[in-house]
Amino acid sequence: MINRIEVFSKPEFPDVNAGEVLADIKQLGIDSAASVKSMRVFLIESELENADLDRIAKELLTDPVTEQYYIGNSDKPSSDQPVKIIEVHLQPGVTDPVASSAMMAIRDMNLDVSSVRTGRKYFICGSLSCTEVQTIAQRILANDCIEKVIYDNSEEPPCPHVEPYKLEKITVPLCNLSPDELVELSKSSDLFLDEREMLTIQDYYKAIDRDPTDIELEMIAQTWSEHCVHKTFRGTIELTEKDADGKELNKTVIENMMKSYLAKATNELAKPWCISVFVDNSGVVEFDDEYGVCFKVETHNHPSAIEPYGGAATGIGGCIRDPMGTGKGAKPIANTDVFCFAEPDMKLEELPAGVLHPRRVMKGVVGGVRDYGNRMGIPTVNGAIHFDKRYLGNPLVFCGNIGIIPKDKCFGAAEPGDLVLVVGGRTGRDGIHGATFSSGEMTHEHEDLFSHAVQIGNAITEKKVLDTMLQARDEELYTAVTDCGAGGLSSAVGEMGEKLGVIVDLEKIPLKYGGLTYTEMWISEAQERMVFAVPPQNIDRAMEIFSGENVEAVVIGTFGNNGKLELRYDGTVVGELDMEFLHDGLPKYTRQAVWQIPDNKEPELAQKQNYNEELTAMFGDYNVASKEWVIRQYDHEVQGGSAVKPLVGVANDAPGDASVVRPRLDKDKGVAIGCGICPQYSDIDPYWMSLAAIDEAVRNVISVGGRPDRVALLDNFCWGNCNKPDRLGGLVLATRGCYDGAIAYQAPFISGKDSLNNEFQTDTGETINIPGTLLISAMTLVDDVTGCITMDLKSAGNTLVVVGETRDELGAGLLYKINGQTGSNVPKVDLKQGPANANAVASAISSGLVKSCHDCSEGGLAVALSEMAFAGALGISVDLGLVAKAADVNRNDQALFSETPSRYILEVEPGKLAELKSALKNVVFAEIGKVTDTGRVVINGLDGSEVVNVEASSLKESWQKPLKW
Amino acid sequence: MAKIKVLVLRTAGTNCDQETCHAFELAGAVTEKLHVNRLIENPALLEDYQVLALPGGFSYGDDIAAGKILANQLLHHFSDNVRKFIDSDKLVIGICNGFQVLVKTGLLPGKSVETPNCGVQQVTITHNDCGKFEDRWIYLEPGTSKCVFVDPERRLYLPIAHGEGKVCFMDDQVQKSVLDNGYVAFRYVDADGNFGGFPVNPNGSTDHIAGLTDDTGRVLGLMPHPERFVHKTHHPRWTRDNITDPDGMTIFDNAVRYFG
Repeated sequence: MINRIEVFSKPEFPDVNAGEVLADIKQLGIDSAASVKSMRVFLIESELENADLDRIAKELLTDPVTEQYYIGNSDKPSSDQPVKIIEVHLQPGVTDPVASSAMMAIRDMNLDVSSVRTGRKYFICGSLSCTEVQTIAQRILANDCIEKVIYDNSEEPPCPHVEPYKLEKITVPLCNLSPDELVELSKSSDLFLDEREMLTIQDYYKAIDRDPTDIELEMIAQTWSEHCVHKTFRGTIELTEKDADGKELNKTVIENMMKSYLAKATNELAKPWCISVFVDNSGVVEFDDEYGVCFKVETHNHPSAIEPYGGAATGIGGCIRDPMGTGKGAKPIANTDVFCFAEPDMKLEELPAGVLHPRRVMKGVVGGVRDYGNRMGIPTVNGAIHFDKRYLGNPLVFCGNIGIIPKDKCFGAAEPGDLVLVVGGRTGRDGIHGATFSSGEMTHEHEDLFSHAVQIGNAITEKKVLDTMLQARDEELYTAVTDCGAGGLSSAVGEMGEKLGVIVDLEKIPLKYGGLTYTEMWISEAQERMVFAVPPQNIDRAMEIFSGENVEAVVIGTFGNNGKLELRYDGTVVGELDMEFLHDGLPKYTRQAVWQIPDNKEPELAQKQNYNEELTAMFGDYNVASKEWVIRQYDHEVQGGSAVKPLVGVANDAPGDASVVRPRLDKDKGVAIGCGICPQYSDIDPYWMSLAAIDEAVRNVISVGGRPDRVALLDNFCWGNCNKPDRLGGLVLATRGCYDGAIAYQAPFISGKDSLNNEFQTDTGETINIPGTLLISAMTLVDDVTGCITMDLKSAGNTLVVVGETRDELGAGLLYKINGQTGSNVPKVDLKQGPANANAVASAISSGLVKSCHDCSEGGLAVALSEMAFAGALGISVDLGLVAKAADVNRNDQALFSETPSRYILEVEPGKLAELKSALKNVVFAEIGKVTDTGRVVINGLDGSEVVNVEASSLKESWQKPLKW
Repeated sequence: MAKIKVLVLRTAGTNCDQETCHAFELAGAVTEKLHVNRLIENPALLEDYQVLALPGGFSYGDDIAAGKILANQLLHHFSDNVRKFIDSDKLVIGICNGFQVLVKTGLLPGKSVETPNCGVQQVTITHNDCGKFEDRWIYLEPGTSKCVFVDPERRLYLPIAHGEGKVCFMDDQVQKSVLDNGYVAFRYVDADGNFGGFPVNPNGSTDHIAGLTDDTGRVLGLMPHPERFVHKTHHPRWTRDNITDPDGMTIFDNAVRYFG
């Protein structure tokens, strides 16, 4: 029978969860809720005596100090107001890690139960309408994708048992379909394949004289999805460039953007320290004589839009598996996380249907990344958040992971005869169609249609896989490993066996619950699974390692040598594919792209005597504002390698430029990690946006003391629907920028990923296209971390030096933003000066000449100087007249706020100024003023009169306020 | 003299094992990481070591409650061995999640109070008052001169990183007994040694308690992470201040010195 145990706080202890729920209800604008009480519910199926149940409740489930329990369904609390009961349970089959742990612990107590399920119960007191109760349940308490809500005990929690599956081989009659019918089939089966692709598949099957089975078709769709093969980047593009009036300027044909731009730069640079680039799950570069470091950044946008917590958690979980699945497996040492959201103060009534409120999205995403990253024990050391209302229906979640890998383990390849070993999580129905789903556009109906595409993560399962994998790696028990990401086993096993062929017995795949069809088993994107190729003679030892730490590992097949994929279920062949057709059969594309220069004009802002107000407003902008609320929720020091933290300065709360970690605790060698993201510039010109992002990422790692000659870059493009020529035109420009930037900075791209189709269709038919967004992640080496510096000013009396020229480049910058303008003078990276500045600053830092260094980004000199001041709890006094300026700079607002790239502010002790000047002799620089002990930011204008005079601490307050949640 | 042997116990979700080993090694010990399953299979393995360390992390994902599942394993599989270990003049340290485990087994504050053995939990460590996980640096004032690991004269600066760090007592009697017997190892203070609200006391812990010991003084549990400040560059302001003698090392040095 099923017994219910409810656990809740004693009255004298705060009900933390309920407090948060109540606050969220108020946030939703529902004021009539007076109080909330929350409970944890355990449903235990067993034949146990009451005394034993009582023991479980008392000794295991309840904290004896803060909690109490009730066996059964407890009554509503007494209240003068009506009380609503909302109970939230997981849908059948959704992973319930607490239940599994509870089962194990009950067995440790020498008791036996047949199942445990968990849920949450809430009593909400107040005069609430039914609609309000539903709103609370749907928007705060539960997510329909994975959870079921029960109101006022009106029904039983969902039953965990499902009917077992009986084999039913499905053949899809395809050979005789008309082109229209093919398209219809693609649509109705969520294959996201177009007519040409469907015709190619039809031709293949006509040639082999049979119809495909469902599993074959699904596997082709997955392998050919935009997500998996990057058709846009690898196809042919005809680009037409036009001026602002639409007059054609130029036509170019690009054969393959990947080869023409991204990999081309890497190949031309041919850096000997690049170990493995663009070929594996992450890019690997040399760290020292014994180790390489690898880096991968992925996006998980569409799942995070639907289920922010789970989407983001599995985003970082999946990205961590990339270094784990690189070569023979790396050990993760740091995470990075960059998000793009709509501004979180949006009014609820302005929210289109099918869209979660940006504040909820942000809290959920941060929570997901926090819980997964922290549980994995990987420090989250770098990140950024960019806000723009166009991310409303389509938030962006970039998750990155860096790993360290022994040099002799950087490559792996399965051999014929190796066993296919699936390790880690079980396979369920979660994440079905994730790869194809992410390759389509989001609509207001996606929440309902694609709830099955959301994966559910369990970090501890992944941590166990990691712990055991590294032991098996070091004993050299396997020849290759890869992770199950998009496309699940289908992609992972398919890729590992691409050159070999493989036979798989699908019924051996361990399942979370019965009832999955063979196709679901094969394409499920259930999390925390890795696939190993294990030579038969090593299998026993490998199994011993995995089972020794309760990690499930099952042999499901064997790699062959005939180039064929054969899928069987209980001996019946359900799918047979040529590896060659699967991986190379995709038709080549030619797409049209158009770039028309936008017809933007520079606005004419009134000149002012004083810019205190503008500067203060900039610090209150969400994009500039302190992200401390987010950063502190991440464990950024676990693994003990932290050398420069994300928060720096006298009060440990100022914005560091980049983080530095020491992956080997007995060495002082480090890795500096930074990023650049400036989608606002795409509104004027994606080419310059791209270069600005590269410049920013490089500036970040240089500013803390990273080496300029070992910078490795990653590109992550998130763009709109690139079947539309104007979207694709922007993407081509941005990609060109990547090539030019990589060559100029001598910084190869080592890995990258694109996520296209980031558009949202509202219920009224409006399409919201995200700004063309490119995240550039940068990683470089630090030879000795004890030589690193931070951006906080150190001592009054020191001199401030600006490296780099300031030009009139306010376009799409912060000054225009707070004035509601865009402008046209987009910041342009000077491809000679930019790298020269970076090299000069790096050499000054490594010579010990610089006390602090900060780069200028959004809000220009004024914002950067102010940040340095409040970080060090000091003041500054500078003269704009002394700044090295281009001739076009003749206004104070330009000098203060221009966002010209490649600029660094250095603090130098007076005694070292001469030496610094000589270190900077080949670049443009200027001494602009002093560090003071006044605590004020004082800036004199071009004519010498004071244009800014404000307490640094008050700017800091404005900066901390927006996201102090 | 043979080096001190430290057993760093790990399980699913343990994640500070590597740096805890490193800190003990810097102090001159040799360390071994051992999965709890090996200890369950053969509890006698414990006898080979002088120090048992339960490092930080999220054992079993904090399922049910932080440290609870591992505490349950310890209780039902090798609690007698641990008790014997302590009673034979050996040391136990639990950091962060390890502290949560020690409290949930009743090993801390242990024999101190009403019940003589582990198995009865009298203190808990629960959700931070601020309601979320926080990583920040805090100051610690020693509260005892009887704990092997604690230098009673030295205020420490260390990071915390937890969502559940608030120490609470079963009742006033337990609290009184802990205070009267001097089982408070550390309290949260500010840089000048004064008590304060958030963020000085980062989780709202009762009586500002950050760590506990027991009547033997050979068991220490603490929420802050001493293993995260054993190198100059661990300090959040090392680029401004002159950092020598990282605070976290005192804990590990004291442990090793005890056997010297």
